[in-house]
Amino acid sequence: MRILLIDDSKTMRNIQKSVLAQLGHTTVEEACDGQDALNKVGAFQPELILVDWNMPNMDGLTFVKNFRQTNKNTPLIMVTTESEKARVIEAIKAGVNNYVIKPFTPDLLSQRITETLAKRAA
Amino acid sequence: MDPAFITPFIASVQNVFSTMMQLPVQLGDPSVKMTPALSYDVSGIIGMSGDVVGNVVISLPMPTALRLVALFTGTEMKAENPDFADAIGELANMISGNAKGMFAGKKRVQISCPSVVIGSNHTVARPKDVPCIVIPATTDCGQFVIEIAVSQRENAQAPAADAAATTNA
Repeated sequence: MRILLIDDSKTMRNIQKSVLAQLGHTTVEEACDGQDALNKVGAFQPELILVDWNMPNMDGLTFVKNFRQTNKNTPLIMVTTESEKARVIEAIKAGVNNYVIKPFTPDLLSQRITETLAKRAA
Repeated sequence: MDPAFITPFIASVQNVFSTMMQLPVQLGDPSVKMTPALSYDVSGIIGMSGDVVGNVVISLPMPTALRLVALFTGTEMKAENPDFADAIGELANMISGNAKGMFAGKKRVQISCPSVVIGSNHTVARPKDVPCIVIPATTDCGQFVIEIAVSQRENAQAPAADAAATTNA
């Protein structure tokens, strides 16, 4: 499965890659902001995207809105420090399928990835 | 400074360290930062804007920073490695972001992308009219401090219940 990680922090991307590797997912592409991600989705064709919110150049919410204009199906998980209810609602309205609040344990992220993919398969 | 601005950061530091690194943090009593200014080797700085303005800084001596980064990333690295600053920035980001979500009264707050300063015995200056609270912290990786210099913006109002959230800058 092709998975795109979008976060301006390499540390956070490495943590997410580690969790994905434990789930058996090793085909991973990385992007450092929303614009970088938009430049890569065409060629990479991700089947799952994990996206941060607060990033330079283009934030995660803007990426989601742009991405959903042409792709309604690829599951999106927002991984962010934004925890307010209004923010979560805003992200879901924009098109994210699941939401993980930082900080997170590897088990929690793993669980959210698994449930997101299970819903997609259903 | 309103204690309501301090307790979220205390809770957030403990939450971030325990969740991401399984590292308990003992926090000391907050105090007003006095001159001469405390000096550090590594600082992660997050700006805050909106209904609450100011900045939050996590500052560490280099040995503590090196141990924390190794624990956080799973990799030992030197401070010259770009990933070192990235890890410090991400810790500062999570501490501030977590705290922001705990501010009472549903305040609209945005946080900046983190800045990281690495340099022996540096100090972090602040505007004179903004009080700065220092919270000492102790872990098995060593000691560090969290400095909080935030205040409520004048004329800040609680958002309406059905108002859409503002977008980030």
